[in-house]
Amino acid sequence: MEIVFNAEELEKIETIKAKYPETKAALMPTLWMAQKKWGWLSPDVMRYVGDLLGLTYAHVEGVATFYTMYFKKPMGKFHLQVCTNVSCMLRNGDKIYHHVSERLNIGHMERTDDGVFSLEEVECMGACGDSPMVAVNEDFYENMSIIKVDELIDSLKKT
Amino acid sequence: MIPNFQKILLPEIDNLSDINIYIANGGYEGYKRAISLSPDGVTNEVKKSGLRGRGGACFPTGLKWSFMPKGTDKPKYLAVNGDESEPGSFKDRQIFEHNPQQLIEGIMIAGYAMNIKAAYIYIRGEYHKWVDLMQKAIDEAYEKGFIGSNMAKTFGNDYSIDIYLHKGAGAYVCGEETALMSSLEGDRGYPRVKPPFPAQKGLWGMPTTVNNIETIATVPQIFRIGAENYSKIGASKHPGTLLFGVSGHINKPGVYELPTGTLLTDIIYDVCGGIPGNKKIKAVIPGGSSMPPLRGDEIDGIMMDEESLKPFGTHIGTGGIMVMDEDTDLVKLTLRIAHFYHHESCGQCTPCREGCGWLEKILKRIYNGEASSRDLDLLVSVSNNIEGNTICALGDAAAWPVRGFVTKFRSEFEKHVKQSRTFVPQNVVHGKLNTRNMLVENI
Repeated sequence: MEIVFNAEELEKIETIKAKYPETKAALMPTLWMAQKKWGWLSPDVMRYVGDLLGLTYAHVEGVATFYTMYFKKPMGKFHLQVCTNVSCMLRNGDKIYHHVSERLNIGHMERTDDGVFSLEEVECMGACGDSPMVAVNEDFYENMSIIKVDELIDSLKKT
Repeated sequence: MIPNFQKILLPEIDNLSDINIYIANGGYEGYKRAISLSPDGVTNEVKKSGLRGRGGACFPTGLKWSFMPKGTDKPKYLAVNGDESEPGSFKDRQIFEHNPQQLIEGIMIAGYAMNIKAAYIYIRGEYHKWVDLMQKAIDEAYEKGFIGSNMAKTFGNDYSIDIYLHKGAGAYVCGEETALMSSLEGDRGYPRVKPPFPAQKGLWGMPTTVNNIETIATVPQIFRIGAENYSKIGASKHPGTLLFGVSGHINKPGVYELPTGTLLTDIIYDVCGGIPGNKKIKAVIPGGSSMPPLRGDEIDGIMMDEESLKPFGTHIGTGGIMVMDEDTDLVKLTLRIAHFYHHESCGQCTPCREGCGWLEKILKRIYNGEASSRDLDLLVSVSNNIEGNTICALGDAAAWPVRGFVTKFRSEFEKHVKQSRTFVPQNVVHGKLNTRNMLVENI
């Protein structure tokens, strides 16, 4: 697969660049676009983004590895993010995490062999009021329990 | 009892996020009132209102604005901090969802006061949905000509501002103002040494002001109801309303807008319906996980504003109240907090990078029952050596809760240590009496 943005995406990157006085600032939004398109940031993708914005590979990789939400390896179709931070932990978020981990037989930042699920133990996602919470890709599922998370995984398996 | 007050940030109006409904309910009147004053007049009005920053440091907002240099040709920037990664804090999300136009109006007023042409709203990466909602609100404001190139024409003066969104990608430290600027510039989110302060050398080396989302969203109401009226809401030294995010062991968790100075017990029992199962309260963290905790027996009569919390060695922070009932394992909880800060330390300063790791390791040892009681003193000592020795406040944020829990709940930690002590301390058998009466037999 050739790693290249299409014309429409390149145009979008131009509008992003125009938001900032310096091109370098467009790096984070461009990495987001790249991750959306290719699912994760492989070294080739990072090199391509760097060339596109006139940045060194070292800088791009430095930024990509600093932020936890940029994936440095392929993740599952459904990326399950289970919060175990204080507010969720007080309401058994950690038990949900261990349950999911055992059920899918994967650990933190691992994915199942069929590539459908991946799991991440996330730090606070800002849903403390409806804790415990689980996020699937970009969607928040709040007020979770072990039963509810099982149902969620079952329903995701069917899609 | 909670006194009657007017809601400033989240009034109970349906679909307020719709720009037309916002306008119908007095929206953008605050900006019109503001531009009838001079820019300095606007800053003075904010000073008069007594508004203090809502990001945790409680710095007076008007004073911060007045630090921006005047009469310079350099471009100036406003960064609005919606990184909101503090565990226990989930208030800005409500503003993005329910009252985004008021945030935009606040940015316009702040921009007018400091003559800023471009503002960046930094929203944490996890808030995908809320980034979209905020972007929609900004697009609507552009369409109406309230911001952007048509703005001057709409309001009949020569001031205009552009507002951009910047999405983070999961780094707690980016909530620190200088780290946020690094992140906006396309670098790793490394905090910078102050001085130079952002007002002198901020985004791209230009004068910059960084304000919290909640702070900026409050500003329009100051101009609608008047600074004097605003300063009368809540506690006199820390006036206004705060968004309290209540979570943990509580019957009705959520975000509640209440005047500052509200009794903590009123919030817990009256507003949030008390503790599940009518259990007793062991501890309360008053302002997000980085603030030292309050013991259950301390919370009576505590008012929720910065000045009232200070004597108890803690702070209002971001207003994220976390309640822990009597059955909570505080060692596990402290370990989780320490793990968080170890994970989020950016790694620039040795005391924080190494110290947070040590805190986590020692706490893990205590939790697993492998520690001796001097490890408790070691925890306090490591915390003391992190605090104040780092570029940004993340070091303090890691040290405060650990030290707070260990000192305020020492017996709880001692229990973990004693029950599973792996060696018998020598001095138990060294008493003279012991030696004469029973020790000989034992040996």
